[in-house]
This record gives sequence, structure tokens and C-alpha cells, in this order.
Amino acid sequence: MSALDPREELAKRLGLLQVPPVRFDSPHEIQKLLAENDYLSDDAIASVTFLADRLAKPVLVEGPAGTGKTALAQAVADSIGARLIRLQCYEGLDESKALYEWNYRKQLLRIQAGRSEGSSEEWAHLEEDIFAEEFLLTRPLLEAITATDPVVLLIDEVDRVELETEALLLEILSEYQVSIPELGTVRAKQIPMVFLTSNNTRELSEALKRRCLYLYVGYPSIERERDIILARVPGISDVLAEQIAQVVRSLRSLDLKKAPSVAETLDWARTLVVLGREEIGEKDAAETLHILLKYQSDIERATKELLGRSKPVA
Amino acid sequence: MLNLLGDFIAELRAAGIPVSMSEHVDAARAVQVIDLSDRALMKNSLAATLVKDGDHMPVFVTAFEVFFANRSFNSVAELFDDLEAPSPEGAGSGPGEARGEGGGASSTMSAAELADLLYRALREGNREDLRRAAREAVTRYAGVEPGRPVGGTYYLYRTLRNLELDALEQRLAQAALADQNTSDDLAERLSRDEAHARIEQLKAEIEREIRERLVEDRGAAALAKSVRKPLPEDIDVMHANREEMAQLERALRPLSRKLAVRLARRRRRRRRGPVDLRHTVRRSLSTGGVPIDLRFKPPRPAKPEIIVIADISGSVASFARFTLHLVHAISSQFSKVRSFVFVDGLDEVSQLFEGVDDPAEAVARINAEADVIAFDGHSDYGRAFLTFHERFADQLTKRSTILILGDARNNYHQAHAEVIADLKYRCKAVYWLNPEPTSYWNSGDSIVSQYAPYCERIVECRTLRQLEAFVGELA
Repeated sequence: MSALDPREELAKRLGLLQVPPVRFDSPHEIQKLLAENDYLSDDAIASVTFLADRLAKPVLVEGPAGTGKTALAQAVADSIGARLIRLQCYEGLDESKALYEWNYRKQLLRIQAGRSEGSSEEWAHLEEDIFAEEFLLTRPLLEAITATDPVVLLIDEVDRVELETEALLLEILSEYQVSIPELGTVRAKQIPMVFLTSNNTRELSEALKRRCLYLYVGYPSIERERDIILARVPGISDVLAEQIAQVVRSLRSLDLKKAPSVAETLDWARTLVVLGREEIGEKDAAETLHILLKYQSDIERATKELLGRSKPVA
Repeated sequence: MLNLLGDFIAELRAAGIPVSMSEHVDAARAVQVIDLSDRALMKNSLAATLVKDGDHMPVFVTAFEVFFANRSFNSVAELFDDLEAPSPEGAGSGPGEARGEGGGASSTMSAAELADLLYRALREGNREDLRRAAREAVTRYAGVEPGRPVGGTYYLYRTLRNLELDALEQRLAQAALADQNTSDDLAERLSRDEAHARIEQLKAEIEREIRERLVEDRGAAALAKSVRKPLPEDIDVMHANREEMAQLERALRPLSRKLAVRLARRRRRRRRGPVDLRHTVRRSLSTGGVPIDLRFKPPRPAKPEIIVIADISGSVASFARFTLHLVHAISSQFSKVRSFVFVDGLDEVSQLFEGVDDPAEAVARINAEADVIAFDGHSDYGRAFLTFHERFADQLTKRSTILILGDARNNYHQAHAEVIADLKYRCKAVYWLNPEPTSYWNSGDSIVSQYAPYCERIVECRTLRQLEAFVGELA
């Protein structure tokens, strides 16, 4: 039980002069801060964010599309006044896009500029020179590590990269450092907050999961969804927000190809506000259902189940 | 050293959740930095450090409730204490005491009063009242017998039956509808769903209450074992109850999607075929006949053709459904998939899957549309194979792989194993997937061994995990 505090331990390993102060006092404070930035969190989100800060570990956020995974990182960054550095993952992402790349044009220029003197001694000097940090193009991961101002690193849709590319992330996630063969190891100047998001299209490797805290963000409860609508849609009435949340919950309970996401719910709410509705009648629902549902078969099914008719309007 | 956290993790591992050493360390660190009196925080913290898969969450929640339900902790040290010595403070304060009061007041409560309280609590969505009503209902109806090594399912059933929840739900829905001035279909549906959600809340509350009492009675470790639920991929398909079946259905879709992604990726990576000699020699002309630039043949897509023959009689129907779903979901990995279903007659159902994006829809239509009963509706493997042979054997090629799904319980009909022998001769391979545990094979009317000599392999396939592994191997 005499174990070192995880933050202290990491700071010592990174060679930081002082242990960075904790960002949050309690999960409750996080909820409040996030709410000020128009992000309504729940217990789980606040607890895990709190732990991420205290244990200095990255958070892997998983869940269906459009439930606010990316928005969470953004909101956390806003609430602690940090810069958000985002790495969008895609198939074929490699280290020159994610970590660093040598600025070879600049290197060439340097070589050409130094050519006139030209002796073998000069060359040895030059060679050392052109693999200096000055000639390094930092990509998001390295940028997050070397930043001195507060940053939040977001690695978005990490399930899109190939299994082998995941390995690129491991060093940075567990040690907060990047090894560059020509240069040595670059250690973090601070302990950044790291969020990874995944839509769960494939199983992530054990190694990656082990290094992260896990947060599952599902569809919100009916109360939370109502509050989200109230917070994000200006000029909406309580009654309408409540009704919208109810309809969306009913839709999600149907066996649809693609259940409506929170983002789509908000779009729908905005539409109804623009249309000047105070309540949802059957007619409005039938006419605007295509905002919530993106497949024709889903729309037909919802119309049948919810509105009791066989044919959708329009 | 025995300690509560360690025991909890041992229980998670026993339930099938892989918890690594470093995750254990993380959990131990997490509990040192959080406020232990905040139960939700503690639950979320343990979940974040120990469970790395959304599907495993229900199993975690059950285990957590059993282990930490009526305990409160004042210091971290208690977490690492011996499990079997519950702290007297913990039991005294917290829900235990509250229940004492509730119990005292409730003994005078009549059945009618209880029903009234329940209705009011549900109607207003008042959590406190709901909890009180649940506690009362359990005291009154569950008839918990101390010391019995049960998981509480029967207590739950007994309580729920006495409460007549269906009637209550209807009453709630009607009352909610009456509140509104509109009464169209949408409003009706919404009030129905709202009532349903509240009833579900009550059920969860009752289940929690029963579990708490059982923990008090027998201790956490013992109870955890009896309430342990398998992970969705480990549920025995043949013996799944309704709730587990729903879980399976939910798990199947992401599972097949992931499998398809994995297989497609594997195929793409094997990019190069063997050396293309002709092309290489041609290229070598420009380098004076020296083959510097090797050319390769494009990889031949060695996609097998799959023929599924599935028994869809009562006992193995759900297993057949899952397999058909999975095979069709990854049909892009095969050059062709044809499906046949049988009971004592045989019918082709491939056309149901054509042009449908969601295999689940097609699978749902099989029962209604396939003509599979020729006589009495008892499985007759021999007859089904004969029919198949007669009608489709000439369409088999050396690239066809046959999958037979079924428990080989032939109701003492003739086996006609010679048909399988001939099929094996005509096609690439015959595999048999049996949803029964290996120890049951060849008992009673199961005649697996008669077909075995003509099958490449007979695979025990009781869970989604086994099924996924087999199908992945096949493609």
C-alpha cells in the first residue's frame, strides 16, 4: 500500500520537475464544468474522466455513432481551457501522418547551403545537424507530446486503422513518449489528457484496451436526453423536449437498422422548433420522421408501429 | 491474502471476463484516489478499469451488486480485508437499517395498500416510494427461505406473479393517456412505452432487493456463483431462455460484422499470388534477359461455395437460425451461399436471402415460408438427405463445402448415411455442426456416429463463440 501516486510515478519517469496539478477535484465538478460547456454528462462519463486525470491514463470511449463521444473530448478541452489536438484515424494511416516526418525539403536546402565549404569533417557535422528537431515535422501525436501549453489529445475512430497500425499508439499511450530512431526518445513535457473513440466496428487489440480506461457511451436515458435537447436547442419548450425524448426512446426500442442518434434527435428538435410546433401530433411526426431515420425500411416500420398506419406520408 | 477486490476480480474471471494483471493494478489504484462512499463512482471506476467491452457490462453489474451491494467503506483498507468478515458498521448503517424501518411499518400494510403504494409510486415515478414498494413486495410475496443455495430467480418469479404487473402496466398506460388531451395512435404508443419502462424499473428494483437479502443470507462469494450469468458469446444456444435469446440476437449482428471485416482484411493482405513466369520473362527482355522485376499472378480468390443444410425442427431451430444469419452476413466472403432447411421434408431458402440487406429479416421468414414438413413434423435426417441428393446432388462441384446443422436425433428413422458418403465424394468437404455437448452424442436417438465417417469433421457448436471460430476458419 506504499505505492506511489500514479501521477507522481509518471512524472518521475518523464523527468518532469514537478508533478502537474490535478485538473479536477471531484466527478461532480466535472459534470458542472461540462454542463457549462453545453455538454450534459452522466455519472459514468464524469467518473471516468475524473479517473483519467487522477491515474494519468487515456480513456477509450466506445459506443454507437452520434452519442457524443467526440463532443466529450471537445467539451473537456473547453472546460479546462486546453487546446484540442485531433488525430482522425482512417485505413492506411501511417506513422508519417500520425507521429512525425522528416522535413526532407528543408534538409535538402540545409545540405545545399552548406555545400560550399565541403570537407569530410563538415559532412559529419552536417549529418548530425539535419536530423535535429528543427527538421522534424510534428504530426498530431508528437505535437501533443511536445506541447507546453495544456492540450487534450483526441484519437478519433481508432477502430478504423489496421491492427498493425494500432501498435504505433501503444508507446504514447502507456509511456507518453515517442521514440525516433535518429533522434532518441521524446518525452512528454506534461501529462496530456487522451481520449480515443471507437465505433466498435472491429475488436481492438488487448494491448490497446489494457492501456486505457474504458467508457461505454450508449444512448442517453430519457431524462438526460430531454436535458440535452433543452440545453442544445434554443427556444424549445419543456413539453416538446419531453415528448421528443419519448418518441425517440420508443423508436430505439424498435428493431431498426439504424436507431436515431442524439445528433439526429437534436436535428429533429430544431426542425420542430423552426416549424413552430408546441406539441408533436401524428401528422408532424409522419412528415418529419425522415430526419430521425435514414433508411426507407426503418421509416416504414416506424410509421407502422408508432403511428399505426401502413404507408408513410410523402 | 484474501481480499474483497481480489475476490471480486476472481469472480469476474470466473464469469468469463478477461481481467489482466495490469488491470487489477489499475483498479487497486483507482479505489485509492476516489471517494469510496460514493457507490456510483466506485462502480464506474471499477468498470472503467476492469471491463473493456460493452457487452460484458451486464455481467459486471450483476457481480458488482452482489459483492458491494450492502457494504459501505470508510477506508481503502477495508477493500483489501478478508471478505468473510463483514464490517459491523457496514451492515448497520446503509440499507440494512432502512429496511428495518420499512419492515416494521410494512407488516401492517395490507395487499390492497401495497398495490396502491405501488401504483402511486409508478405513476409519479418516485424512486424512494418505488424502492419502498419493492421492499414491501419482496417481504410479502417472495417467501425467501434462509440458507437455500439459490440464485433468487424463483423468488423473483413468485413476487412478480403476485403483483400482476401486466394489469398494472395497462392501468398505468391508460391513466397516462387519459392525462393527455389527444388520443391518437402516437400518444397511445408513447404512454404504453412509458408504462413499460416504469414497470421494468420496478422489476430491476425488486431483483436488486432480492439479491441484497440473499447476499445478507449467504455471503457474496457464494451467491455470486449462483447468479453468475454467462457472457452473450458463451450462452448455450439450445438452452437459452427468452432474455438470453434476446441477448444473443443483439450480440449476433456486431459479431457477424466484425467477422466480415476481419476476413476481408485477411484476404486483402494476401495480396500476391505465385510468380507469373510469362509476365516476368516478358519484363526481363528490357533488362537483357535478367529477371530483375518479378511479376506475380493476382491472387486467386479461393472463395469456397457454401451449402448449408439445416435442421429447423423445434429443438435446434434457434441454432439453425443463428448459423444461417452468420453465414449469410458474411456471404461476400464466399463465392456462393445456398441454404436448405428441413424437418422431414427439405426446401431451399436461398432466395429469401437474395436482395435483403439484413439477414435477420430473411431468417425470420424461413419458418413461415419454407415447406419442410412432409409427414409428421419430426426430424428425419435420412429422408431429408435423400431428397437433397435426388434434387441437388448434380449441382455439387469440387468447390462446394457442405455444412450440416443439427443434433442428428433422427427419431429412430433410417439414417441413410450412404447418401452423405456420396455427397462427400462429389464435393470438397462435409462438415457437421452439432449444437449438443459432445457427451450427449450417440445417446438415445442421436446417430452422429453413423454419419461421422463421411464428414470431414463434426464440430461441437454450442455457443456463438464456437460458431464464430468455425465460420471464420471456413472462409
